[in-house]
Amino acid sequence: MVIVLVSIITFLLLHLLPGGAARAMLGVRATPSSVRAFNIANGYNHPLPLQYVSYVDRLFHGNLGFSYKTNEPVSTLLSQDLPKSAYLSGLALIFTVLIAVPLGIYQAVRRNKPDDYALTSLSFVGYSMPAFWLGLLLIAVFAVYTKLLPPEAPQTAGVGGAFSDPKAMILPVLTLTIVGVASFSRYMRSSAIENLAQDYIRTARAKGVTKRGVLYRHLLRNAILPIVTLIGLSLPTLMSGNLVTESVFNYPGVGLLFWNSAQARDYPVLLALTLVVGVLTVVGNLLADIAYGIVDRRVRYA
Amino acid sequence: MAVDAEQILGEATVPSSPLVRPPRKRGAAVLSVFAENKLALAGLVIIVLVVLFCFLGPVFYSTNQVSSNLAISGLAPSASHPLGTDNVGYDELGRLMAGGQSSIEIGFAAAAIASVLGVLWGAVSGYFGGIVDTVMMRIVDAFLALPVLFVLLLMAAIVKVNAFNLTLVVALFSWLVPARLIRGETLSLRTREYIQAVRGMGGGAGRSIFLHVIPNAIGTIVVNITFQVADAILVLATLGYLGFGIPPPAANWGSMLSQGVTYLYSGYWWLIYPVGGLIILTVMAFNLVGDALRDAFDVRLQRR
Repeated sequence: MVIVLVSIITFLLLHLLPGGAARAMLGVRATPSSVRAFNIANGYNHPLPLQYVSYVDRLFHGNLGFSYKTNEPVSTLLSQDLPKSAYLSGLALIFTVLIAVPLGIYQAVRRNKPDDYALTSLSFVGYSMPAFWLGLLLIAVFAVYTKLLPPEAPQTAGVGGAFSDPKAMILPVLTLTIVGVASFSRYMRSSAIENLAQDYIRTARAKGVTKRGVLYRHLLRNAILPIVTLIGLSLPTLMSGNLVTESVFNYPGVGLLFWNSAQARDYPVLLALTLVVGVLTVVGNLLADIAYGIVDRRVRYA
Repeated sequence: MAVDAEQILGEATVPSSPLVRPPRKRGAAVLSVFAENKLALAGLVIIVLVVLFCFLGPVFYSTNQVSSNLAISGLAPSASHPLGTDNVGYDELGRLMAGGQSSIEIGFAAAAIASVLGVLWGAVSGYFGGIVDTVMMRIVDAFLALPVLFVLLLMAAIVKVNAFNLTLVVALFSWLVPARLIRGETLSLRTREYIQAVRGMGGGAGRSIFLHVIPNAIGTIVVNITFQVADAILVLATLGYLGFGIPPPAANWGSMLSQGVTYLYSGYWWLIYPVGGLIILTVMAFNLVGDALRDAFDVRLQRR
């Protein structure tokens, strides 16, 4: 249902174009007759509902449309860039969870002590910081002033190239990780605080479980629920990449593809990518719900 | 600063109907919780200072922000240009003020439009329930599933970028969260006795929604507006950075940053650090105030 609505919205966005798709593709100087020929060739002269049906029909056959600029099928462009975006965002997501979960638990145990305040303030700054500004700062410090790391991400076409140049991956991954940790650790901290006050923690302590055992065996499993949701919500960015970070580091992923297409007004690519990511978001939410049932057995759906 | 807090909060809790429970007690309670939070007061001070800087600053420090002057481009900070000049000769300090004006104006306008739309959508959806609710909420879900930045760039590529269109575009994708929050709130409010009483006495849906549901959800609404402004300023900066801000000579913080970056290797530090710092400071201030208001109103809400 939601997926259908997503497809309707992206379909209608195409028809929002001033002058229609023909003007966008042929330019403002196109003659009326060439505009008419273009509209007929692409079926834009049919009524809207009919156009929508054929649009969906094409989608089901895996045809996402063709780029106005390069005339390549969008699906080809997508399959080139998708693995690279998934690699960057996936790496950052793994680091984010590995850092944010212990950090959130640590802050919850030490809550309202000076080090918790310091960490909370830090995460607040990180939370309010635009991702592009953070990326720029890191470039300034590590690439311009100290020249320790290259300022650009690996530029190779295949995903193998990204593996071959790990040094160039450090800054983009670091940027995404810092942004992620800032928000993930906030959720983890409040969830851990809430759970620490529960009776089962006291019971575990009373029956002689060590402090570490309580935290990592009893608390972790219960307090990690919001993190599961957050991971589900970040699944789409695995595919869509992180537009801002990719453009700062010129990392050739889906986000950069989208940005370049936006500047070139390459509407079929823009609409197809929007639709694909929209559908993936719905799937990500579903996966998060399923993962919930696995992590927390109380939330089994009947 | 307590006076400022009172003004802002006092306005927010003004009752639109004598039937709403006495607001003064609640207002006072909210105010005292808010005032205890030092970080929130700091945030409020920062917001007032930034607003004064951007809107009153040009009165005392007037600069030419309309025509460029290449003869004085790229000057380092000095007595005549405290923060130097940029690559086409605009005074950087004056440009910060001009850019801040548009960021704050558009941020507030977008947050206001988004809140009005979101509150009405959510209240109607929650109040009527049933099939109306299902359809309205699925529409919200569909919009939420679209990647925000993608759609914003798409819209910015379609429409002509100016202050008015930018406000609408940002607002169009900010009303979803308040719609969901207010719907949740309305679902619980509509079962209360006083709403039942209005219905029993023959009051219509409009009367219930405008005079009873919305005034009672004011805490959620105010808290959400604060976060919306912070998010809008951040989104505007990002759009500007990506090249879809209002075109020059109009200034905006995001575009200033993306231009300054080109000169990072030349050591023009004054073109990036003041702007970047100001963006963070402003967004953080709104977030701090929002956090404190949430505690004060005791609102449970999740940010996206």
